[in-house]
Amino acid sequence: MTEPLLQVRDLVVEFPTRRGTLRALDKVSLDIAPGEVLGVVGESGAGKSMTGAAIIGLLEPPGRIAGGSISLRGQRIDNLPAREMRKIRGKRIGAIFQDPLTTLNPLYTVGRQLAETMQTHLAIDAAEARRRAVGWLEAVGIPAAAERVDAYPHQFSGGMRQRVVIALALCAEPEMVVADEPTTALDVSIQAQVIALLKRLTREKGTSVMLITHDMGVIAETADRVAVMYAGRVAEIGPVRSVVKAAAHPYSAGLMASIPPLSHKVDVLAQIDGAMPRLNAIPQGCAYNPRCPHVFDRCRVERPELIPATETRAACWLFDSTAPRERAHV
Amino acid sequence: MSETPIFEARDLSRHFDVSKPALQRLIAREGRRTLKAVDGVSFAVPRGTTMSLVGESGCGKSTVARLAVGLYEPSDGQALFEGQDLAAARKSVGQRRRMQMIFQDPYASLNPRWRVADIVGEPIRAFGIANGGAALKEKVGALLRQVGLSPADGNRFPHEFSGGQRQRISIARALSSNPEFLVCDEPTSALDVSVQAQILNLMKRLQRELGLTYLFISHNLAVVRQVSDRVGVMYLGRIVEDAPAETLFTAPRHPYTRALMEAIPDLDMAGRERQPVGGEVPSPISPPSGCTFNPRCPLANDRCRAERPALIAARGTPETRVACHAVEEGRDGFGDRATA
Amino acid sequence: MGAVSRFLESDLFWSFRRTPTAVLSAIVAFVIVVGAVFAPWLAPYNPFDLASLDLMDAFNPPAFMPEGTAAHLIGTDDQGRDVLSAIMYGARVSLLVGVSATAFALILGVLVGLLAGYAGGAVDAVLMRIADVQLTFPNILIALLVDGVARAVLPREVHDEIAIYVVIVAIGISDWPRFARTVRGSALVERNKEYVLAARVIGISPARIMLTHVLPNVLGPLLVLATLNLGLAIVSEATLSFLGVGVPPTQPSLGTLIRIGNDFLFSGEWWITVFPGVALVAMVLSVNLLGDWLRDALNPRLR
Repeated sequence: MTEPLLQVRDLVVEFPTRRGTLRALDKVSLDIAPGEVLGVVGESGAGKSMTGAAIIGLLEPPGRIAGGSISLRGQRIDNLPAREMRKIRGKRIGAIFQDPLTTLNPLYTVGRQLAETMQTHLAIDAAEARRRAVGWLEAVGIPAAAERVDAYPHQFSGGMRQRVVIALALCAEPEMVVADEPTTALDVSIQAQVIALLKRLTREKGTSVMLITHDMGVIAETADRVAVMYAGRVAEIGPVRSVVKAAAHPYSAGLMASIPPLSHKVDVLAQIDGAMPRLNAIPQGCAYNPRCPHVFDRCRVERPELIPATETRAACWLFDSTAPRERAHV
Repeated sequence: MSETPIFEARDLSRHFDVSKPALQRLIAREGRRTLKAVDGVSFAVPRGTTMSLVGESGCGKSTVARLAVGLYEPSDGQALFEGQDLAAARKSVGQRRRMQMIFQDPYASLNPRWRVADIVGEPIRAFGIANGGAALKEKVGALLRQVGLSPADGNRFPHEFSGGQRQRISIARALSSNPEFLVCDEPTSALDVSVQAQILNLMKRLQRELGLTYLFISHNLAVVRQVSDRVGVMYLGRIVEDAPAETLFTAPRHPYTRALMEAIPDLDMAGRERQPVGGEVPSPISPPSGCTFNPRCPLANDRCRAERPALIAARGTPETRVACHAVEEGRDGFGDRATA
Repeated sequence: MGAVSRFLESDLFWSFRRTPTAVLSAIVAFVIVVGAVFAPWLAPYNPFDLASLDLMDAFNPPAFMPEGTAAHLIGTDDQGRDVLSAIMYGARVSLLVGVSATAFALILGVLVGLLAGYAGGAVDAVLMRIADVQLTFPNILIALLVDGVARAVLPREVHDEIAIYVVIVAIGISDWPRFARTVRGSALVERNKEYVLAARVIGISPARIMLTHVLPNVLGPLLVLATLNLGLAIVSEATLSFLGVGVPPTQPSLGTLIRIGNDFLFSGEWWITVFPGVALVAMVLSVNLLGDWLRDALNPRLR
């Protein structure tokens, strides 16, 4: 494998609260290769958005990185001063959020926002920036881009706004983009358009993408590899087809099985009983052990690291070949 | 089917006045503006079955849900509960208790200041179903057990529960008046998938055990496929296709239905390239003339732009009602696809 | 056990303990309230007992000044009344008027706000326009108006007897729109929430929905508003009394004391007016700071 573009190692994010410190991310490790699309899935509260926020340096206080490292092409970016991080954000890592209105400034025309972003990060003059702004709007499929460049964000529909945000995230030609639920607020037909657009543009530019979403369907169609998160940890990571078709970790397998199929009707959907633990009540050992159908004694005491499973890497003692499997009651 | 359907919509419409305030209208010299959220919708929900309405945001499906329990008055047409006018039926306590609703947002659908037992018990008290505190407590406990919670949970407040558990509480509340007709407005769309499966399974089990009738509103076709007997696809306030669930999913007829199915990312399609339907849903305040889908439709011709298609039995799949000139004229290539 | 321990465990109490301003304000407010409420038992003298008054004691300076005596810690006024005792009795009147006026405004405002928020449409428009119009006039002007009308309509003896109630109503009437607007705003939000729809589906009456569902959910902002309003009401009362249209001179409030003392401010007997003034400022400031803290503590976004 080539040298990773982004390397996250044992990332720990903590939130000090009145009743003690909550660990929102607990030793998260993942890599993104140049040009790769890494999907990050998990249920709400699993820590997927938190991982994205930590990477782009936008953790909401009082959350803070309490351990581990984030490196972009070998350079640590988790401990940079805010000024330095601002330069990286936009220039080297772009960001797309669920709500386009959090990214777009309502007071400026979209053309001006695009042009300013490019002028800040690229060595081009105003005329060139404007010319490219029109080009970007065309590239993201805004009809009549030459006129719409002087329109304000509120004059666009939700789907069109998200297209503008994609242009804004990509216009400074970053090496990677963190896209956090980019289509969740959109209707299915618009979602399909936006996903297709994001796929095409990043492939053309060779941009890496960290695609954070709860929608496995979107991941299955878009990502090369996928990381499944659970209770602030990575449960499994591997090629998207393997995770979808042959997930190793019992949680990923349960998650995939519980997605209702469009192709046929099933009598009883596979379900995972219970709910993900709250951050202040994460069980000892494997965080999934109280809900796991394959749980054995070791799972309740010792936390598994990511180890090679059949086709992926999974944090599950079922795949530990060094120790004999001592199942409790089977 | 000769039996009266438990719920029936006949040419049901609901319009909203979205005009600016009178003074602004006067200054801008504008007239009143009407949003036709639901525009002449007809369907029936037979007893013991699930009828689903599916569509994208703004298609009017949630407005139909609210019309179906009397939260809105129809602007035109009729909402019938067992053949009786809904508003008249709701005047009687005995009829009102037979219909209930389950909502989308498990965080907004439970009063945060009330204990769970009071929330679940509210309909019981309102309809005078249990006599005395002990009977009430017992009934609430039984309901909580029925939805997979414990009677002791009644003493807790909603914020102590997860989203899925709250939705169970919401279902327990809906069941507490022993209803027969449940309107479910996106009951799982705010939930995570694994929890969604729990709730869908619970709802299916309850339907079997209690003989419930569901009007199920959702934007998620895969979920709709799992729960429905019949499905209506809505676009801009109208039903464009209404068919038995199996027929709809195996032989979708309306170009919009087909586009919608094509747009859904599917697990089996890892890495697939798709041609998504172009364009966006037009504003319901000034919908296109003729068939409202015509600006996005690959089969649109002059007739589609001028004449509004009626919802009629489709050639080839007579159980399907579809509002499409192309299907009526045989321009949709249905026979070709079936034989190919 | 129960309520007390739950309160001590609560996030609100935790935030309170971590906010020095709030703790200090609470202590000051507590001292003033105790001193005022229990004035008949705690005050060194009864300033209204004519028998104990001695004009020989008039204009005694505070104890720390050369001619001061320990008998009157912060001096006496022109009639020989002990200033400290007068302040304690005066604070009692000020608090009584402030609390009653706020309660009056709160109840009126909640009723109007709930009605407007739930009924919507024309009822809402009319009620809120009335509130808007009233908000454009300074509170004190409205209070003066109400008081003036009462004086004109009621015979003098009757008016003196019920003057304190007139002041309460006058201030209460000038303050209700704030409560009404807050409640209406919250009611508009709450009435579209799904738990209210659920109650409507089973046919719970609008009035009942407003009182049992909506009202409990707007109590937080109401509590903040009531606390802040208490400070304002006390100031309004002091202003009215200072202008001589407030409580009758037989029951002097802090405002009355300040007015009386004002006459002597430039003849050297400053303590007669300054100490009531200090007491008024301390009372209003502590109540307001508590209100500010409460607003921040109940606002989830500022946590």
